[in-house]
Amino acid sequence: MSITVKVPASLSHLTGGKKTVECTGDNIAACLTSLEAQFPGIKDKLCNEKGDAFGFINVFVNGENVRYLQGMDTPLQEGDELTIIPAIAGG
Amino acid sequence: MTEEQKERYSRHIVMPEVGEEGQKKINKARVILVGAGGLGSPAGYYLAAAGVGRIGIIDHDVVELSNLQRQILHNTERLGKPKVESARQTLESLNPEVSVITYQERLTAENACKLFKDYDIVIDCSDNYDTRYISNETCIHTGKPLIYGAVFRFEGQAMTIIPDAGPCYQCLYPAPPPPGIVLSPREAGLFGVLPGLIGPIQATEALKLILGRGELLTGRLLSYNALTMEFAKLKVQKDPHCPACGKAVKILQS
Repeated sequence: MSITVKVPASLSHLTGGKKTVECTGDNIAACLTSLEAQFPGIKDKLCNEKGDAFGFINVFVNGENVRYLQGMDTPLQEGDELTIIPAIAGG
Repeated sequence: MTEEQKERYSRHIVMPEVGEEGQKKINKARVILVGAGGLGSPAGYYLAAAGVGRIGIIDHDVVELSNLQRQILHNTERLGKPKVESARQTLESLNPEVSVITYQERLTAENACKLFKDYDIVIDCSDNYDTRYISNETCIHTGKPLIYGAVFRFEGQAMTIIPDAGPCYQCLYPAPPPPGIVLSPREAGLFGVLPGLIGPIQATEALKLILGRGELLTGRLLSYNALTMEFAKLKVQKDPHCPACGKAVKILQS
């Protein structure tokens, strides 16, 4: 199952500059594991040791925040688009 | 309204969505900018051009050479001057009708209520998490609309926070990143024109609020990527357990 993941600028140094990557997985947790397998170190920037997204990271599936769906267990379907939006503070 | 005012604001007045009534509302409005840097510059510039009656500006910094790649209220001659002074000079020369009030200090949890007291709308143009959470909490507690904007490298964000009517900044980001985990614009860079898009989006939201027109960015985070030229609107929900605006806070206060 192929999921498109949009990586924010603040993490694109971990994906070799790629801003969009393809992952697999039938839920968010599996998708992030697939992301980590391709780009080691990226999951630590997104999730705590329990595997939940940090408070300064928002993960959206097709524009819906997974925090208000089923969190890391939110199911994914072929062609879904995952957008990772971290807090930024520049002004 | 004087003949000169009718001429200055004629492109507004001619539109039925604004009209003379709407322009009068703008002329009476009081907006405060937290920060006179990349976002505060274009936001403040357009608000002054639109004739916002009173513009407050909070910033403790002085103008530095590295600011001038994006902070268009300032210029080379004003290096070393307080940013609030430089901002006041630029805004007053654009529109002498606007009253610009400057506060050369850092926003803190102690002074925020007092600084925001005389204003109807707060625009968060700051450059750090502490100030953003303080602006958010103060606006929630005082019931003032807050227009959030932030920029980093080639990406920008904006959201409008109406206390009680939608999610707040802390509903969106429950906790700031621990210090040192994310790079600052000083280290990672900032595309100069980027705040020139996000700051005016914040000014647009402020003017729509003043006019009572259009749909606001409440409960929707606008995310912009300059490299892919994509604008995304992402749903943000009110968190019932939010430490800033959740139910527990309400009970404590009542």
